[in-house]
Amino acid sequence: MDFQDTPELADFRQQVRTWLDANATRRTDNGHIGMEGEQANHEAKDWYKKKAEAGFACLTWPKEYGGAGLTSLHEVVWTQEVENFKTRDAQFIIGIGNCGPAILHFANEEAKRELLPRMASAEDVWCQLFSEPNAGSDVAGLRTRAELDGDNWKINGQKIWTSGAQYSDYGVVLTRTDPTISKYRGLTLFMIDMRQSGVEVRPIKQMDGGQHFNEVFFHDAIVPDSFRLGEIGGGWNGALTILMSERLAISGIQPTGFPQFLDLVTTLELNGKPIAEDPIVRDRLAAWYSQWAGLQSTNKRMLTAVAKGGIAGAEASLGKLVGAVMNQEIANFVCQILGPAGVIQDDTISPAHAHFQQTVLFSPGVRLAGGTDEVMRNIIAEQVLGLPQEPRADKGMAFQDIPTSSG
Amino acid sequence: MNFEFSEEQLFIRDQARNFLSQECKLSVVRSVLDSDTSFDRKLWQKVVGLSWTAMAIPESYGGLGLGYLELCVIAEELGRSLAPIPFSSSVYLATEALKSWGNEEQKQNYLPKLAAGELIGTLALSEGLGAPTVAAQVHDGALSGTKLPVPDGDVANFAVVSALGDTGAVGLYLVDLEGTGVERETLSSMDPSRSQARVIFDGAPAQLLGGGVSSADELAQLLDRAAVLLAFEQIGGCQSAMDMGIAYTRERYAFGRPVASFQAIKHKFADMYVALELARSNAYYGACALSSDAPDLPLAAATARVSATDAYYMISKENIQAHGGMGFTWEFDCHLHYRRAQLLSGLIGTQIQWKEHLATRLLKAA
Repeated sequence: MDFQDTPELADFRQQVRTWLDANATRRTDNGHIGMEGEQANHEAKDWYKKKAEAGFACLTWPKEYGGAGLTSLHEVVWTQEVENFKTRDAQFIIGIGNCGPAILHFANEEAKRELLPRMASAEDVWCQLFSEPNAGSDVAGLRTRAELDGDNWKINGQKIWTSGAQYSDYGVVLTRTDPTISKYRGLTLFMIDMRQSGVEVRPIKQMDGGQHFNEVFFHDAIVPDSFRLGEIGGGWNGALTILMSERLAISGIQPTGFPQFLDLVTTLELNGKPIAEDPIVRDRLAAWYSQWAGLQSTNKRMLTAVAKGGIAGAEASLGKLVGAVMNQEIANFVCQILGPAGVIQDDTISPAHAHFQQTVLFSPGVRLAGGTDEVMRNIIAEQVLGLPQEPRADKGMAFQDIPTSSG
Repeated sequence: MNFEFSEEQLFIRDQARNFLSQECKLSVVRSVLDSDTSFDRKLWQKVVGLSWTAMAIPESYGGLGLGYLELCVIAEELGRSLAPIPFSSSVYLATEALKSWGNEEQKQNYLPKLAAGELIGTLALSEGLGAPTVAAQVHDGALSGTKLPVPDGDVANFAVVSALGDTGAVGLYLVDLEGTGVERETLSSMDPSRSQARVIFDGAPAQLLGGGVSSADELAQLLDRAAVLLAFEQIGGCQSAMDMGIAYTRERYAFGRPVASFQAIKHKFADMYVALELARSNAYYGACALSSDAPDLPLAAATARVSATDAYYMISKENIQAHGGMGFTWEFDCHLHYRRAQLLSGLIGTQIQWKEHLATRLLKAA
């Protein structure tokens, strides 16, 4: 057992460090870098362009598609190093982390050569369009229709919870092409040009007041057949590829709230005493640290398996599940120790620029996005532990005959 | 980076697993639980025959001279099989204390016999309810006081005992438990498959270990090493208890379907898996720090300990729950893990103490 880089990775790490030192600013705290707004997107696009020009974009993609042709271990080194800098390196993770692999797997050669390099340099921004008002955890129950019309497909229906749709040039959309057969077999995946009149994007105001997600409506939106990803009726397999990539993509950057909590415990005094001396705070600190450290080491075990030629599997669900719950619990606990003023969400009063109050209100969304806690538990139970599936009431039925909540 | 045991270490683990699945079936654990015997002497002799007691002792003292990583993989298998033998007391505690602090003569006298299984040792710290404090005293080489509980204290040949010396400072002393001035009795405990004793010293001859172990920090180092090894026993137990529950709920039907197909049960097992994976990862990190004697061993050991203790308690109790009423019977094996989880969480200090260690060490490092 050791934590040494191989000579090749050590060399790469040094290159990355040198380049980052010359091109980015080091972080001084664990504070969040805001993810919203036009300004953030402009900054992020500049950053992506810069790193694409330097050959550090999409490290695992082949060079001909705008990548660097390196391994996922190089990607890990990059992620570890870039974390120490103030950048917007994760801004377009959904496009690059989710849509990218689907296009690499399923798109035709011409589309790959044209679209992937522009995605890598963030010249084009991509979103993923899966969830619908009546298809959340049961995403295969979606109803957005795609019908063939000559060489084109006509798309009609509604998506929801689409991150970044308002900024996106393209999307990957999962549609129903045949409602007369079982729900999993009647799905087809497409790339879609979001800048067309048949696509309407409306922001969703979240419970925390932010507007990160959107509803997207399709009214006879047009997709050429050359933008189809995989076979007609093969959409579900493609979607699984994407969802697995998503969990991997976020497993490294999943917020846990722990670094911010540790910062607070080491700095905050209340009633003239460091909170670090409070036995209840110390008890929670020990409990959350042991979980957080466990996540870091679980990641190292996963990387070791990947380095030995294995693939990271459903184990990535573990990080999503543990991190999302911890994030909410830590935020709530901090607001409780602050006393009656814990409820105040004001930069000039609340510690850490009101990070914990913001997190109390935003964290319920993290437990739902990208697969709910309950879906993560099902994945672990079925795919890792091999437990039998819950019997389904819609098994063997044509999609059009399945009862739904809205009739 | 290579965060996994080597091929050779994994081979040792597989050999240990095969051996224990033959020689330490749960019937062996039960025969100790159900009887007045304190441990399974036959199994102990076989384990000695495989040189597991000699594993981490230098060759110059009759050992195999292997490292702690080899001992970690053995510990995991001993935990998995609930082996009813005084391995942790003799190997992780007594042997390690002698290796750390014994003078040359003491090492020559004790280590080859510990390696060969001719001696069983233990560590005696506690003196009753609450966190260990030291009231036992040594005057002119004679020890007086009562230690309780002493793990395997009824079967060990000698103990390393904490006591106040002539100067009033705490030190560790080697005491022959079969010699004069020692009375001992087996105590009832929640896990009779591993024994606990009261040991009363009344002028027992006591020899200072090495040049004297003065600071609490030094003693903490010994307990840190043991914490990592015990964490491996705990995760071995976790895996075995979880596997037991999965096998049972897959086979058992209710409402016309396997119990394991209900989300209430699947989510329970998913939570067990999460607890176990976090504990396993922390134990691996602890093993890494232990084998390289890294500066962050104190924090890594406390983390491994806290995580493994949480996981074993959680998994052993939820395994009973997943079994339903049968899980509450003496006949079913669920209680063996539940009992062992309690026993292991008590050795070398309980969860409350280790969480406090963890917080102190983390804040010191931060």
